Amino acid sequence: MLVALKAISTPVGAEYHERASSLIQFIDVSKSFTVKGVSKQASHSINLSINKGEVVTVVGPSGCGKSTLLNMVAGLFAPTTGQVVYNGKAVSGVNGRTGYMTQSDHLLPWRDVVGNIAVPLEIQGMTKAQRLIRIQELIKLVGLEGFEKSYPSQLSGGMRKRAALARLLAYDPETLLMDEPFAALDAQLRMRMQTELIRLSRRLNKTVIFVTHDLDEAVALGDRCLIFAGRPGTIVKDVQIPLGDERNILQLRKDPRYHQLCGDLWDFMTPSLSD
Amino acid sequence: MNIFLGRLAIFIALFTTWELSSGPLIDPFFVSSPSAIASKFYDLVISGRLFSHGGITVVETLAGFMLGASVGIAVGLLLGRNELLAKLLDPILISIYSLPKVALAPLFIMWFGIGIEMKIILTATIVFFLVFLNTYSGVRAVDREQLEILRLMGAREHHLITKVVFPSAIQWVFTGLKLSVPYALIGAIVGEIMASNRGLGYLLQDAAGQLDTAGVFAALVAIIALALLLQAVVRTVETRLMPWKKDLGDREASV
Repeated sequence: MLVALKAISTPVGAEYHERASSLIQFIDVSKSFTVKGVSKQASHSINLSINKGEVVTVVGPSGCGKSTLLNMVAGLFAPTTGQVVYNGKAVSGVNGRTGYMTQSDHLLPWRDVVGNIAVPLEIQGMTKAQRLIRIQELIKLVGLEGFEKSYPSQLSGGMRKRAALARLLAYDPETLLMDEPFAALDAQLRMRMQTELIRLSRRLNKTVIFVTHDLDEAVALGDRCLIFAGRPGTIVKDVQIPLGDERNILQLRKDPRYHQLCGDLWDFMTPSLSD
Repeated sequence: MNIFLGRLAIFIALFTTWELSSGPLIDPFFVSSPSAIASKFYDLVISGRLFSHGGITVVETLAGFMLGASVGIAVGLLLGRNELLAKLLDPILISIYSLPKVALAPLFIMWFGIGIEMKIILTATIVFFLVFLNTYSGVRAVDREQLEILRLMGAREHHLITKVVFPSAIQWVFTGLKLSVPYALIGAIVGEIMASNRGLGYLLQDAAGQLDTAGVFAALVAIIALALLLQAVVRTVETRLMPWKKDLGDREASV
């Protein structure tokens, strides 16, 4: 089984440095946090290059620096050593070309669906008339017609995710950073949201970094999958997922290639689970 | 069981007992009686004294309330968003907070005289702390991830304040405002009792000075009515400003 994996996997190494065409680059990045005066390393030796339009999934056990990776791309905190390069420039401060979505949807409870999607558009200074047109498009895009005037407390978990996704797409960030966004959803709903995400990100040519602890989800969504392991964590495997751009997530379960990939990655991940 | 009828029954029982025991059982000099209080209250209404005195107290309470609340909200937002400043000012604020504000009344009389200003300032001081502390806690409780997500959308500090910090602190602000209503009346009434010839506090003090028990109770009734009225106003404003909370109470609880 591992033979098949080797053919499609790329070793983690320094050759990424030269690829200037890539949108996001990590050059020998490490990150430490200081908690109560004690410095604790979260991740080390991260070398990575992501091209525009790529959907990269990140899997690994909790606490191995997956979310740290996203936060560094977003510029919410800086690497301790090394460099994070976005579009040819080192990231310093908040990176406005990225959008973030986490497990909690962070909708504003005092605004209805329209009001929530309006937030980034208001910040951009768009006029009310323009906003309403754009919001209508987005509501259609994520399938929330009929819930325009509902407050988040009146929506189901799946609808809240759709609203959060519409808000994320509203300001058209180039890169979507997703930190286990669908973890709290039930299996069917999660599959529907995955399908929507893949459809939308392909259609809008978004670059996506998608963190999950669910291996099946990582294989189903990604063009490429990064496996993190260890504390402090680093990338131990960087695997291409050649399932095609137009893959149908619902049909994927019947695809032998999908099972092969999941199986191989499982074999790879299991040793790190027993640590 | 109908709550309203139950409450009415308790109310009637209480007042009947009071009315019947006043005289045969207890000296009316001390407890007066509901009928005497009602007739005294009626006199106050007819003569217009209730409204002239009540009006003064309302003005003092409202002015003090609004002054204290607006300064409290502003300082709460400022210190809530500026941790360094909050730490620097902490000892001063805690010292003044620990002081029973009524103890400041003699100082305020020296500074502002015995006019309406002194009562407004005393009321404002009391209201300020309650509203400030609640606003401050509310601002500190704002979800930091939420703020980061807005920053990625390009939000600046003023966007964060108007779109996230203030709306999410507003529940706390209203808790402070609701708590403040009875305390605002303390400021006004104590101010009037100490030094005044106008207001419900004066009416109360004046009746007591003449050993007019019914008059004292009538003034107390007027003060209660005012407090309930103010409470109702704050609640109405609250539901108007927070429509998303309105139907939360109607929903069935689920976990």
